[in-house]
Amino acid sequence: MTHRYGDVLALDRLDLEVREGEVLAVLGPNGAGKTTAVGLLLGTLTPQSGAARVFGAAPDDAAVRRRRGAMLQVSGVPETLTVAEHLALFRAYYPSPLPTARLLEMAGLGELRDRRFGKLSGGQKQRVMFALALAGDPELVFLDEPTAGLDLDGRRRLWDEIRGLRVAGRTAVLTTHYLEEADALADRIAVIHRGRLIAEGSPEEIKSRTAGRVVRSVTSISPETARSFPEAVQVETRGQHLEIVTAEPEALLRRMFELDSGLGDLTVVGAGLEEAFLALTGGVTGGVTGGAGGPEGGT
Amino acid sequence: MEPTPHTLRPGLGWSVRIALLETRFQFLSSLRLPAFAVPTLLFPLFFYLFFAVVFPSGGPSLAAPTYLLATFGVFGVLAPSIFGFGVGLAQERDSGALVLKRTTPMPAGAYLFARVGVAAIFGAVVIVGLFLLAGYAAGVELYRGQWFALAGAILAGVLPFSAIGLAIGAWAKQQAAVAVVNLVFIAMSVLSGLWFPIQMLPGFLQDFANALPAYHLGQLALKVVALDLGRPVWLHLVLLGGQTAICLVVAAAGFRRFSGR
Repeated sequence: MTHRYGDVLALDRLDLEVREGEVLAVLGPNGAGKTTAVGLLLGTLTPQSGAARVFGAAPDDAAVRRRRGAMLQVSGVPETLTVAEHLALFRAYYPSPLPTARLLEMAGLGELRDRRFGKLSGGQKQRVMFALALAGDPELVFLDEPTAGLDLDGRRRLWDEIRGLRVAGRTAVLTTHYLEEADALADRIAVIHRGRLIAEGSPEEIKSRTAGRVVRSVTSISPETARSFPEAVQVETRGQHLEIVTAEPEALLRRMFELDSGLGDLTVVGAGLEEAFLALTGGVTGGVTGGAGGPEGGT
Repeated sequence: MEPTPHTLRPGLGWSVRIALLETRFQFLSSLRLPAFAVPTLLFPLFFYLFFAVVFPSGGPSLAAPTYLLATFGVFGVLAPSIFGFGVGLAQERDSGALVLKRTTPMPAGAYLFARVGVAAIFGAVVIVGLFLLAGYAAGVELYRGQWFALAGAILAGVLPFSAIGLAIGAWAKQQAAVAVVNLVFIAMSVLSGLWFPIQMLPGFLQDFANALPAYHLGQLALKVVALDLGRPVWLHLVLLGGQTAICLVVAAAGFRRFSGR
């Protein structure tokens, strides 16, 4: 699927498959195209080329809508209605909804059923949106950044509830920019960067591939030389320091000490997600073709 | 319970049930919003009490309360329609509630039905209140048929006024929608002769009134009590229909832009 917003290419020939019964995490930094991908799979957006199919039909088909639920990234419901009223309305949309008591229990909303939506905390609101996504007892659930903006406690609680989906045998698509979250919840992770699928695999595979490090030091090695190192993914100078992103810090350091024994002010830190994505794309962010199998390399 | 519920094709009965439920909850939600419910329900009654009962002025003393009964009635239907659609819709779109509903099996028609229905309920309450004030406090005397015809003409305004609100709500963000709706609401109610007859306005503004749906609806309501400007009913209906159609086209274009975003 390809999708543009004006001149901005949000998704570039993204090819993504969700298998029945799995929890698929779509992982990527902000602006990677995760929400666009979810919009296309939900039928709230139409791709400029390519097509999304859900249960063998168009994503906005009436029969499809009855079998899936969604929790959107930017979403609220009218603030003056209570939790129970919102649930009653959403349950009515579906042919065989989950009982209200069960929804309240699954989302941990028991004591809050008569509280108005506008009076809830951010985490409680997210749990209401989660319960609304499940109101129709869906086979397929979309969760677009469900824990964005939640504190640690709120995130853990929602994680527990999302894990419950897996136990119930539902299929779920979850977007997140936390590798930790994808790792904790998903059977399979698809990494998206700049609208392209750059890696796909089990959480273990993805984790090992994103184990990038930043090696920072004051050295006589020139950036040009550093760029020629096979271990170096990206090289940058910051003031006096040379920063090298790498997936193999030990081998890189051995090479650097051979060339410059006077190397000083050395730090090796875990790469952030941005650096991890660079490691995955091999540093060539402009021209990687993101095939379904992802790029080779890593461990 | 049915064996494979998702293969059942929901019928008309289901759609009607959703539409009524949607109306019920939208009504509850609006009623609990003092910023919407209080001015919508009380302003027309308060203005009528003030201008028609306490200080009736200008013209023959019995004509003013009757004139204002018709025009404040239109005013009373205009407010919930244009604010409910204009501001309510923009708000639900900005909050993401509308997109969320689009992912559910809710028929889009049920949502529109509910918004029109809520405006009609608020409008009907205002009409009943105005009629009670007019009959018991302002001394307005009409034939039974006139009361019903007047109520019907005024309440029909829910449709063209909702179309105006829809057009604004489809384009403007919530903050902008509040300003635009207020401006349209106040300007249109004055320039349409809802506060005083448009003969008191300069000539070019009297001509401009033809472009305003509230003017035509006001004239139709005033015709019931024989206080209109004497132009034919069909002319008002044609212009009102055309203006409503334009609003719907503008609204549809706004929604297309929104779903492509």
